[in-house]
Amino acid sequence: MRNFLAFIAGGLFGAGLFVSGMTDTTKVQGWLDIFGNWDPTLAFVMGGAIIPMAIAWRLTQNRTPIAGGSFPTPPEPKLGRNLVLGSVLFGMGWGLAGLCPGPSIAALSYGGWGNILFVAAMLVGMLGAPAVRTQLDRLSAPA
Amino acid sequence: MEQDWIWGLVGGLLIGTGGAVYLLGNGRIMGASGIIGGLVDGSGRSTAVERIVFLVGVALLPILLMPIYREVDTHLTTNPAVLVAAGLLVGIGTRIANGCTSGHGVCGISRLSLRGIVATAFYIGAGGLTVVIFRHLLGVI
Repeated sequence: MRNFLAFIAGGLFGAGLFVSGMTDTTKVQGWLDIFGNWDPTLAFVMGGAIIPMAIAWRLTQNRTPIAGGSFPTPPEPKLGRNLVLGSVLFGMGWGLAGLCPGPSIAALSYGGWGNILFVAAMLVGMLGAPAVRTQLDRLSAPA
Repeated sequence: MEQDWIWGLVGGLLIGTGGAVYLLGNGRIMGASGIIGGLVDGSGRSTAVERIVFLVGVALLPILLMPIYREVDTHLTTNPAVLVAAGLLVGIGTRIANGCTSGHGVCGISRLSLRGIVATAFYIGAGGLTVVIFRHLLGVI
């Protein structure tokens, strides 16, 4: 059941990324490029995605997940340095290539070697991230 | 194209419905970087199969839709240095921040999470600045 639902969710995610044009890096960089030929598509994608999700969050109240277990706990209101620094690093990479993790997987079959190189580098980055985080924590720890 | 925003909205609704299925079905937040990252660093070993199946769905549906849907050119840069730098930054950044466009953006904003909203503001700001610097000032991308 869990795996079936995960496949359906992934399929909807992949289909949505594909038809929305979010695997086209010119649309993503076009949205980020406010001084160029600005492309508003990404805002519609975000807005469209938030509607069903907002309904889903409301439906989690007084319920449990269909496949069992429990819903995620409410997010901590804590805004740490890691959240800001990590988001800035992510944004830089996102702007450079016009790709973020979801679309890079959706485009695996048609994005060519460049997309595969990006995904390989992303996996290496993800593998190294815990070590980077440990270093960051060490730097901020009181001496 | 003029109808791009309609396709954007339709695609967005599909993405959000996928997130809704993952949340209401499996009780999990549909964040691409978290799902992939948990497989890479071993933190998601107990749910590895469900993560892999999810990613297979993400990669498979575009293949199925390709014959009936428009162009599939990603217009991705061919500069290997840019691709490697971008991939590393996305990989490290999303894992340190604990989320990307899907987790912090779609799933976070829709529950009015302050962390999701702040993360989204910072990655969009950094992304915009990066495009401006590397495209208009340096001409690299």
